[in-house]
Amino acid sequence: MSNVRVLVGTRKGAFILTSDGKRKQWQISGPQFAGWEIYHMKGSPVDPDRLYASQSSGWFGQIMQRSDDGGKTWYQPGLKPGEPEMPAFPATAPNRFIYDQSEESGKPLTTHQWYDGTQHPWEFKRVWHIEPSLAEANTVYAGVEDAALFRSIDGGESWHELSGLRGHGSGPHWQPGAGGMCLHTIILDPKDPDRIYIAISAAGAFRTDDGGKNWKPINKGLVSTQSPNPTAEVGHCVHHIAMHPARPGVLFMQKHWDIMRSDNAGDQWREVSGNLPTDFGFAIDVHAHEPETLYVVPITSDSLHYPPEGKLRVYRSQTGGNEWEALGKGLPDRDCYVNVLRDAMAVDRLDDCGVYFGTTGGQVYASADSGDNWAPIAEHLPAVLSVEVQTLG
Amino acid sequence: MNAEPGAAAVRVVLPYHLRNLAGVGAEVPLEVAAPVTVRRVLDALEARYPMLRGTIREYETGKRRAFLRFFACEEDLSHESMDAELPEAVASGKEPLLIIGAIAGG
Repeated sequence: MSNVRVLVGTRKGAFILTSDGKRKQWQISGPQFAGWEIYHMKGSPVDPDRLYASQSSGWFGQIMQRSDDGGKTWYQPGLKPGEPEMPAFPATAPNRFIYDQSEESGKPLTTHQWYDGTQHPWEFKRVWHIEPSLAEANTVYAGVEDAALFRSIDGGESWHELSGLRGHGSGPHWQPGAGGMCLHTIILDPKDPDRIYIAISAAGAFRTDDGGKNWKPINKGLVSTQSPNPTAEVGHCVHHIAMHPARPGVLFMQKHWDIMRSDNAGDQWREVSGNLPTDFGFAIDVHAHEPETLYVVPITSDSLHYPPEGKLRVYRSQTGGNEWEALGKGLPDRDCYVNVLRDAMAVDRLDDCGVYFGTTGGQVYASADSGDNWAPIAEHLPAVLSVEVQTLG
Repeated sequence: MNAEPGAAAVRVVLPYHLRNLAGVGAEVPLEVAAPVTVRRVLDALEARYPMLRGTIREYETGKRRAFLRFFACEEDLSHESMDAELPEAVASGKEPLLIIGAIAGG
């Protein structure tokens, strides 16, 4: 029987929740990296015991961690105990994210727009999202703040920027959202290894079709009504994008406001918010086996980051958007004022698809029946930043 | 640890999270060649505990991270040049160099 491993990143450490395929009894291990913010953890599809974690702190900066045994033990890549010491500072190292300013790039990669409209130098702050390669366990992508995409081909021992993204001509117009200017979404096309989608708050979505050398904004159809130019090529606060691996050209987006859908790899978007009580939110995901079944967690507004009326509800569409039903069996019916962040929802791949999400109140909820019924599988963790699920065996 | 000629035994006190990251106790002894400066102490610290690289000074600039402070002999040395010679009491190991996480963040 298959097992499920849920990787939970929180404000104060990492937790791993495990269960058999019934998903009734859960074991919680952790915290790993106690006291540190774990923005994201994710396992390699090639080697499920290869996990990567982003560990950060306002005091001590960014640490990248790697496990080769499913999260039992961790180390900084290249610094495994017993291995030779690395060359002296500041040689290549696992936590070193240096923006490409080489002559070869030929692009003005030095500044972006700041809150006051002036140009501001790109400054690395942290890794928001880790996306392991679909083909190589040692290849992994990292989306960082200030927004850029990095790649490691040596299991996280060294990182190099795919600077064609930041070098896109619109780079100087990108500006940070309230949470910072972060590259928070990376989607690898399972059918075309040269195609990658990314999203940045608050620049928008971009796509490369040549492995990261050149990028194009894919924001046509997005409307950000409070912006001076609501349909600008860049400048949209995209919160998250989801894709079903069987249909890599079909994308679903939770924008700041609006649920959006694209059927042509992001070239054009249309709104599918339909009958949702509010179309503000952060998380969005797709059912493991039904490419037209979507999940979102509506949040009241950009001023009120909690569920409408204090009722925590997942909304499911089985029609690819527009028609949504509230799912609340097992979820709080009152007095619930938590948020669900953009990377805090995931699905498993068991026959009866499991759906999981974590809250800023420290709960992780799971449904073992595609969202019909829910139960907490962890209730008192620190604020949850990310949830990823591995289906094992 | 083999002492180099002219090297002093410097004591460095690390904050809680960096002790855990390096797998050490509160105080780390280091052999540092004279003249003993903050830069040389950090070079020695990072050479011995490479997992600390980037956590005390930023990779890109080599500057002290904003929320860390260097204290010694009841003085704040954070804003001194990293190449300034440390007090004799630190260089000789009588007093430790304290790397402190600023009290910030609520």
